[in-house]
Amino acid sequence: MTELLAIGTKKGLFLATSDDDRRSWKVGSAHFPGMSIYAVAIDTHGPTPRLLAGVESSHFGPSVSISDDLGATWQEPDAAPLAFPADAGAVVERVWQITPAGSGVVYAGVQPSALFRSEDGGRTYELVRALWDHPHRPEWGAGFGGQAVHTVLPHPGDPSRVLVAMSTGGVYRTTDGGASWSPANTGIKAYFLPDPWPEFGQCVHKVARDGADPETYYAQNHHGVYRTVDGGDTWQSIAGTLPADFGFPIVAHPRRSGTIWSFPLVSDGQREPVELRCRVFRSTDAGEHWQPMQAGLPEEPFYQVVLRDAMCADDAEPAGVYFGTRSGEVFASRDEGESWSSVAAHLPDVLCVRAGTV
Amino acid sequence: MPTVLVPGMLRADAGGAAHLEVGESGTLGAVLDEIGQRWPRLERRIRDESGALRRYVNVYVDGEDCRRSGGLATPVPAGAEIQVLPSVAGG
Repeated sequence: MTELLAIGTKKGLFLATSDDDRRSWKVGSAHFPGMSIYAVAIDTHGPTPRLLAGVESSHFGPSVSISDDLGATWQEPDAAPLAFPADAGAVVERVWQITPAGSGVVYAGVQPSALFRSEDGGRTYELVRALWDHPHRPEWGAGFGGQAVHTVLPHPGDPSRVLVAMSTGGVYRTTDGGASWSPANTGIKAYFLPDPWPEFGQCVHKVARDGADPETYYAQNHHGVYRTVDGGDTWQSIAGTLPADFGFPIVAHPRRSGTIWSFPLVSDGQREPVELRCRVFRSTDAGEHWQPMQAGLPEEPFYQVVLRDAMCADDAEPAGVYFGTRSGEVFASRDEGESWSSVAAHLPDVLCVRAGTV
Repeated sequence: MPTVLVPGMLRADAGGAAHLEVGESGTLGAVLDEIGQRWPRLERRIRDESGALRRYVNVYVDGEDCRRSGGLATPVPAGAEIQVLPSVAGG
């Protein structure tokens, strides 16, 4: 079996593979050199794994390419795979998230904040109209990185249920296959607004679904780390034992309930690891307690940020955890964070990572 | 018949061609519409889905930057040379 780690960077997509149960990695040269890869997915629902990459040229705009031969060749339709209809009055600026949901359904979250849905395995997409037409949309804002739907979490047992998150705007859910959407931010603080507990408008950076309980989610907010156990009805803080409550990624174990990883940063105004130490924090009790994991990670002062999609877990046993930095370093753990080793260094800024067995 | 000069970065989207001969003349918009029919992937690199020129793509009609000569309404005489160039941008 081969483990594949897809590394999306500011200047190309790199595919790393391991054939020795993730002890060592071979990193190939860049696919789409010079292009920014903000989103990548490894879809293992079908008989052969499919790679999907959001490919963005600073000159020629965004697109989505797919590969059914692990990157040997890439295909892209003649017509734009993702495009707003004329009456939407908007233009796709960036693909932030690609989420395969099985049975040929693939979701894409884009900038400006919108959700697209594909029924042909990710070749072509249509705008999810009800979210775009949501009466809240004029009030959704933009964070420093832009205004985007960056998280899409289809319910594993009910295709009519999907949770999305956007910056800024917060969490929204549908329970009717996308026909209607409701905000789900009760308990998540928006300290940067006059009313810090609004119905929507939060700057949620990333949401992860629990590996075993589909009603439990974890959210890394723009300050604040939260958990919901009721599908998003209410959120509670789980930042109590973290050294800081700012950060971008949050990742859940693929199978074991309550195990999650984060990479905390000091604060909004000081975006660097606490004490300048490169540490991943892990909780095995759904965020009640967090422990630093740093064996094998750099010991020098570490100033790097891990972006919201630049951390992931694989589906192997024990679970592997991966993260990349804006300085182009990629680290992997094959023991759920207990120890780490370098996969790659000196790459362009790492924007996203995804791993899977292929 | 106008000729479109395709930059190296986009030739794969034009069937490998460096020059394309188009039947349409009249305006730059009409030429790009024809490109959209015949080489749709090339056209969507040049214009977004609203039909606007992408911000960091420059198009010259007989050496004149179209943004200074009418945009997509820039006249394109028969025999004109249309040059598509990525602007000085990127990281």
